[in-house]
Amino acid sequence: MTSQATPMIRLDELTKTYRGQPHPAVDRVSMDMPRGEIIVLVGPSGCGKTTTMELINRLIEPTSGRIYLDGDDVTRADPDSLRRRIGYVIQQIGLFPHFTVAENIATVPKLLGWDKKKIGDRVDELLDMVGMDPSEFRGRYPKQLSGGQRQRIGVARAMAADPPVMLMDEPFGAIDPITRDRLQNEFLRLQQQVQKTIVFVTHDIDEAIKLGDRIAILGERSQIAQYDTPANILASPASPYVADFIGAGASLKRLHLSQVSSVELDTGCVTARIDGDAEQARERLRASERAALLLLDADGRPQRWVDAGDLSSTDLFKAGEPVGAVVESTSTLSEALNAMLTSNSGVAVVIDRSGAFQGLLDFETVMVAARSERDFYRAAKVPS
Amino acid sequence: MAVDVMAAPVEHSRRRVLRWLGMPLLLAVVGISLYAYVSTQELDTIERRVLNAPGLTDRVIEHLQLAGLSTLVVIAIAVPLGILATRRGARFVAPVVLILGNLGQAIPSLGLITLVVLLAGVGFKSIVFGLVAYSALPILRNTMVGLQQVDQTLVKSARGMGMSAWQTLTRVELPLAVPVILAGVRTALIINIGTATLSTFFGVQALGYVIFQGIQLDRTPVLIVGAVMASGLALLVDYLAGVVEELLTPRGL
Repeated sequence: MTSQATPMIRLDELTKTYRGQPHPAVDRVSMDMPRGEIIVLVGPSGCGKTTTMELINRLIEPTSGRIYLDGDDVTRADPDSLRRRIGYVIQQIGLFPHFTVAENIATVPKLLGWDKKKIGDRVDELLDMVGMDPSEFRGRYPKQLSGGQRQRIGVARAMAADPPVMLMDEPFGAIDPITRDRLQNEFLRLQQQVQKTIVFVTHDIDEAIKLGDRIAILGERSQIAQYDTPANILASPASPYVADFIGAGASLKRLHLSQVSSVELDTGCVTARIDGDAEQARERLRASERAALLLLDADGRPQRWVDAGDLSSTDLFKAGEPVGAVVESTSTLSEALNAMLTSNSGVAVVIDRSGAFQGLLDFETVMVAARSERDFYRAAKVPS
Repeated sequence: MAVDVMAAPVEHSRRRVLRWLGMPLLLAVVGISLYAYVSTQELDTIERRVLNAPGLTDRVIEHLQLAGLSTLVVIAIAVPLGILATRRGARFVAPVVLILGNLGQAIPSLGLITLVVLLAGVGFKSIVFGLVAYSALPILRNTMVGLQQVDQTLVKSARGMGMSAWQTLTRVELPLAVPVILAGVRTALIINIGTATLSTFFGVQALGYVIFQGIQLDRTPVLIVGAVMASGLALLVDYLAGVVEELLTPRGL
């Protein structure tokens, strides 16, 4: 067993220069890809991301540099046996039209010389895994499948011999948005089961953020502009190039990744026990600058909002109005924003895991969180 | 076993049966008519010397041997050449190979066979050689086109999964090129069946001999029998080649 610290894939100064081209297509790229993670290579068309991926299974032979797979230097290993250890899915899926679904999935196991029984069992297992009934689909030909089904078979085929590493080149690229969303979710669920090291190429930053444990944003000649977790990239883009690539939707994207607990809550809110004395509550509200007071139950759980007028009533259980937007501190800012919008209130009441009141999150804070880092880069880009 | 979900709808298969039965029926009708026609004729000794069952059978066998053997030789030469011409690293041979193939077909068949006979002498082998040179192009070109039209993403995905170049060729590229290659084989076969009639000028007695005798001896029944049999044989072979083509085309395409 190799130690957990050894990266599953290590690229060392990997370079590809095509004959007759002045600049390398991939220029001295070094990267460590930890095992069990989805590493997304993302960048504009022509940046060399597909080339970089194809250097890993040596569909393209590197001009210089080294490739390590699970600690082994595979730069000079036999490419055919190397590729049988690496699952491979391309955008067009590339199912063989003259093979049945079962034969397609069995491609690599057959190359590896598994016996028939083992191959048959594995095919059925994989079909089950991707949610397709083996008895129904085993004997079908690719042209008898829908786009989404073909895509699933493509993934099943790549996993057939249980390779530790999979390379996926825009596997969801040619699929309609609704199906794509569903397949992405299925893919993530599958990955939780199988825990492969997956190198995933896309030009779609949203897909990268959704799927990646780690994202490498590539610039020209496959130069790594930033290689980090999606959260870190969104929170602090390393350069104007990265900020630009993340694009206009970055603020909203970041809201998906930041938790409520990551922003400063308004803790100055006045509270009172809902079973307490109304007169005392009114005093406290008057003493503060606030317009409303939050009533909590005995366990500190938020119950109702009341203003000074409501507190003249003696039955606090019926005074004011119930709290609308309530979010846990582990929720994302996006969920908090959603709660605010649907409950039509400018603030969300934040509670902890047990339901006890923690503080208030207002619209303004969410806005600032969504905007903060970006404005800095916008400002930096304005020519002086 | 895999469930057969490819089963064609009833109507489809009925049309297929009609298509497969049509040609044999037509040929049977033509054959019977020809036999009936000849039976009604008073044949003189000259005619009887050509028009007798053992003699005609020999003509047909000789004809099929010429066409069959030359087609097999063409397949053995042109398919590997066509494969070679589409391999990366050997693609430079493609234009050369095509020029030679074109040259073979551009020269009139009779002229080409005459040239071969002049060089190699009269006989069965020379005729086969001439036919091979004449019919190489369709198989060569169709092999190249058939392989070139294979979706390159399939080749990439085959290589990416660890198939060797040879495995990719034999398991993916060739099966997918089969329909196009077979169409070329069928064309070559028909060319050879047709051209083999000319062999009579060079001492090989195929069906062309019957036609030629009919002309030389000025005997209409002989001429008709020769012409109808040569045409009928060409149609029959074309039909059989079509059936084989359909049977050998991989399912799923």
